[in-house]
Amino acid sequence: MASPMGSREKILGRIRAAQGRAGAEPTPAELAQVRDQIASRERGPLPSIAAPADPIAHFKAECARLGTTFADVDSMDAVPGEVKRYLDSGALEAAIVAWPAFAGLDWAGAGIACEFRPAHGDDRTGLTGCFCAIVETGTLLLLSAPEEPKVNALLPETHVAVLRRERLVSTMEAAFALLRTERGELPRATYFVSGPSRTADIEQTIVIGAHGPYRVHVVLVP
Amino acid sequence: MEVRSMFFKQSASMKLDDPVLQAAMKRAKGKFVDGRAKAVADVDAWEAIRAHAARLRDRTIANLDAYLVEFERNAVRRGAQVHWADSAEEACAILVKIAADNGVRTVTKSKSMVSEEVNLNERLEAAGVTVVETDLGEYILQLAKEPPSHIVAPAVHKSKEQVADLFVAAHGKPRLTDIPAMTAEARSELRRHFLGADMGISGANFVIAETGTTLTVTNEGNADLVTTIPRIHCVITGIEKVIPTLEDFATLIRLLPRSATGQSIANYLTLTTGVKAPGETDGPEQMHIVLVDAGRTRLVGSDMQEMLRCIRCGACMNHCPVYQNVGGHAYGWVYPGPMGSILTPAYVGLENAGDLPNASTFCGECAVVCPVQIPLPDLMRKLREQQFDRKLRPFGERFGIAAWSFAARRPALYSALTRIAARVASWLGGRDKLIHKLPGLDGWTQGRDVPAPSGKTFRELYRQAKGKR
Repeated sequence: MASPMGSREKILGRIRAAQGRAGAEPTPAELAQVRDQIASRERGPLPSIAAPADPIAHFKAECARLGTTFADVDSMDAVPGEVKRYLDSGALEAAIVAWPAFAGLDWAGAGIACEFRPAHGDDRTGLTGCFCAIVETGTLLLLSAPEEPKVNALLPETHVAVLRRERLVSTMEAAFALLRTERGELPRATYFVSGPSRTADIEQTIVIGAHGPYRVHVVLVP
Repeated sequence: MEVRSMFFKQSASMKLDDPVLQAAMKRAKGKFVDGRAKAVADVDAWEAIRAHAARLRDRTIANLDAYLVEFERNAVRRGAQVHWADSAEEACAILVKIAADNGVRTVTKSKSMVSEEVNLNERLEAAGVTVVETDLGEYILQLAKEPPSHIVAPAVHKSKEQVADLFVAAHGKPRLTDIPAMTAEARSELRRHFLGADMGISGANFVIAETGTTLTVTNEGNADLVTTIPRIHCVITGIEKVIPTLEDFATLIRLLPRSATGQSIANYLTLTTGVKAPGETDGPEQMHIVLVDAGRTRLVGSDMQEMLRCIRCGACMNHCPVYQNVGGHAYGWVYPGPMGSILTPAYVGLENAGDLPNASTFCGECAVVCPVQIPLPDLMRKLREQQFDRKLRPFGERFGIAAWSFAARRPALYSALTRIAARVASWLGGRDKLIHKLPGLDGWTQGRDVPAPSGKTFRELYRQAKGKR
């Protein structure tokens, strides 16, 4: 629409001319070569921290470094109780907005008012799952989906994420491999969360809670 | 942004006398340099990763046209619209038109250095659109009506006292000087803009050819809000940001936050691919990606091509003794420090870049810390040669260099001249063997003395020593 084809041709033509190739469009052979290179999915070298002796301990240590707190529970049914304990320990209101996937848990029994909908700007705590988590850096990977709104991880002051132990992967490369196997393509939003939101824009002083959550709490489920 | 690089020398002198700036630069230097050193020490494969990253960037630039076309194909397949902007002017025109076509009145924006290059905010505002910068540093500078002085920490030159005054004027609330409280105040001010904006504009740290994805790397989470909540998401980015695969992103992200801020990873890495899927409650209905040239293709195939590897971490400026002392505004355009000394001449013309290729001590630290191994001092040296060849340096300097070059190529003449010079310099040193005032270079000797040479040239001394043996 707003882009006249003229500029596309000019830019591509200049690149090609500078590299001694004629025309304003890559040839089918050149495109095939680039697709082959992409399909090879060559990986870069990995540091030793990408293969720790004790992945869970490493993941917890990285979470701690980022300011993400962490709790182990015995089963999915124990999640509401843990969330209540966590909210109480921070003197936070026992009300959350959660992804509908968690509607089957007994929130009322744990003393939590839980709504299953996308978060609004004034909701205090959002609860989400996650696609997987990365041991190397203590990072959660979440994907956008119809019943899994991104705003629940973003707008509330506290983000609680439920993570299954089997979804821990070593590196970002492993996370992408899992994503390709299970989903084929990237969803609209593929977002990596590493600790609470922060800024250091005033005098290089780190402040937690810039525009996203002040707190990120991971509940690890077997 | 208006180019003021011709005035580097004058602005640098002013910045050296600015106590607020000097305090800010001192504070930042320690955090950036020490932070990076610690973070890099955690990664035993650092040098191998750097080398791999440099190779992958080179390989992409060598087939830049095909990678861009592949990126475009995949982005379009996912419902994004891809626009190509030859110039800064065209980039702005495209975004202004998207805003006008969709009745956009308010825009939230996450940090984009390309948008600073092309003066996007000014153009959108001239078209009646309200633009709100949401990165805290950029928001502060929007209130101060100043350009960024650093590509990662835009308001690094500001003191909290200055920020406090800006907040009082803009928010009309009691003056705060506690940094967490000030940040909370900005959060609550910006929240309503995030929720109410018609259009979000972000930059892109990279775009991925394999998937048609654009991505942002932030700590505040502002880019996530800008790309999730408004009904239209526009991305403005340079054509050199394309990388082939997700694996390449995984490699580059081991380098970028560590080099930039000393973090093992940034808080939010956000990959956006196309528009809202059926049934999704958040995400934009339209996604527009503006691929900007504005001088970049001039680097392709040139002896400056290595600069296109740049991943915009800012380590070169953080480690530059010139930047550390004069700050970013002295450089007079969007990109300060060593990277700016290459990019400014490339994008706005060597004739408009003034002293930037000379704003370096050639200590080499920028090349040592560059995560993609750009030989920045070598590139600056080449620009100095071009400035000489194109007669862009003052006559006196060119005459001096030409005279030296004439003599240096004639050993007998060179030997005779240096013998005279060594003797004159020794005589100038007098009894205390210190030169207090160098004729023609008295600015340099104002604050220090030059130890006088012995009176003989190196070659004379060498011959003597050889004779004795």
